[in-house]
Amino acid sequence: MREIIRLTVNGDAVETGVPTHYTLLETLRYILGLTGSKQGCDKGDCGACTVLLNGEAVLSCLMPVQEAASGSVVTVEGLAAGPRPSALQEAFDLTGAAQCGFCTPGILCSATQLLAEDPDPDRAEIASALSGNLCRCTGYTKIFEAVELAAEATRSGLAPADVLVARRGVDDQA
Amino acid sequence: MLRLHPYEYHRPDTVAEAIALLSEHAGDAMPIAGGTDLVPNMKHKLFTPGHLVSLRGIEEMRGISENDDGFAIGAAASLDDVAKNPLVLEILPSLARACSLVSGPQLRRMGTIGGNVCLDTRCTYYNQTLFWRKALGYCLKKDGTACHVVKGGTRCVAAHSADAATALIPLEAELRIVGPDGERTSPIGGFFTSDGVWNRRMEPGEILVSIRVLRPGPRTRHSYQKLRARDSIDFPMLNLAIRVDFETDGVVADLRAAVSGMGSYPRKLGKLDAEAVGKPLSEEVVEQVAEQAFRQCHPLANIPVDLEWRRAMVPVLVRRALAEIGA
Repeated sequence: MREIIRLTVNGDAVETGVPTHYTLLETLRYILGLTGSKQGCDKGDCGACTVLLNGEAVLSCLMPVQEAASGSVVTVEGLAAGPRPSALQEAFDLTGAAQCGFCTPGILCSATQLLAEDPDPDRAEIASALSGNLCRCTGYTKIFEAVELAAEATRSGLAPADVLVARRGVDDQA
Repeated sequence: MLRLHPYEYHRPDTVAEAIALLSEHAGDAMPIAGGTDLVPNMKHKLFTPGHLVSLRGIEEMRGISENDDGFAIGAAASLDDVAKNPLVLEILPSLARACSLVSGPQLRRMGTIGGNVCLDTRCTYYNQTLFWRKALGYCLKKDGTACHVVKGGTRCVAAHSADAATALIPLEAELRIVGPDGERTSPIGGFFTSDGVWNRRMEPGEILVSIRVLRPGPRTRHSYQKLRARDSIDFPMLNLAIRVDFETDGVVADLRAAVSGMGSYPRKLGKLDAEAVGKPLSEEVVEQVAEQAFRQCHPLANIPVDLEWRRAMVPVLVRRALAEIGA
């Protein structure tokens, strides 16, 4: 049995037939072809399926698709505005915050909400905001550094790469 | 990948509509709010209702309002909303803390306080896939006849493990429940039973609509403590809520506590007041209360962590709670 679901995904209005028992994650991956959001544990433990629903990071694997209807969903595919990656995505690249990369889409979504609400989070606040996302590779240090770099870049109006250049300049003078 | 069974999803706008839908499909319908416990359970084929009645679109169930003598918290308010509500933080800090410690951030934005109060019990032999449970010959709580926790046991001992529910007990919260026969209220202290299969005194067609909590008196202090392996995501291995009423001179007038994460319901601990009433909260009194609590707590092998350690942590949590209260 299918029903017509209307929702906004990464800024695009979408209207599609979905099996009534699909989760938001299954709809994104298997109906809309957006495979950036990952199906990890599929029962709410790992956070790999995290997406933004109306600006809030939620677990799409536990959300019946009807609960997202009429809402605005942003997945990792929608974080970049235009051709360039978002500051956060660029910071992840520059600091080596992604290793196997499976947790990265979910972590980017959780961190995007954090930075939208708090442009200058401390390490404990970053850890708390990302505490629902498991990463088995990095030990989190590089991820925390990436979020801090993105926050600093956004506050200063620079690109993350330029923040690193500026930091190196300070080190050279010292 | 864990697939859900086919079902029809209903999104009513009012409590009356939700009750009507549950009645219409009685026996084959379940209410769903945040879904953070029900959806994984459905993925494990522990529940396979043909109809889900969503409570998330019901505006009257969402708000947190203050009135003359306390608060009314809508059962569909998210745990995150309760944990961050300025009034709850100021006046009911132990409840805010309990809600802030449930699982991780994403789940708290989805999960509701009503769902936490009505949370299904958990067990090593229950919260598993159909394949896993079938391989073991099922269990007493679901589809089987044998208990794997208590050998030869005839009564399900799956663990109650809800944070907000435990914190609400010393706060003496009152639950407003609506069903096909109308509305009733139940003190949370009398809401739970020791049957691990279904530990709520609530019929399947009923809905918990709101939770009323009286404003604590000026000399009442509460604390909530939780034990878990990591500081996020995990269910409690043990949790404890304590309330102490003081006289004007710092002498204890009353002391009540509830524990959970052991048996099938959040249990009130008895006799703690006998150790403390009429005395100030001295180190000696704290030790006597901790010892009395330890004697009454007997964790079971229903969740996968060492029993002796969980029991040994009972007095530790009591000391932490009373230190917070006495500070």
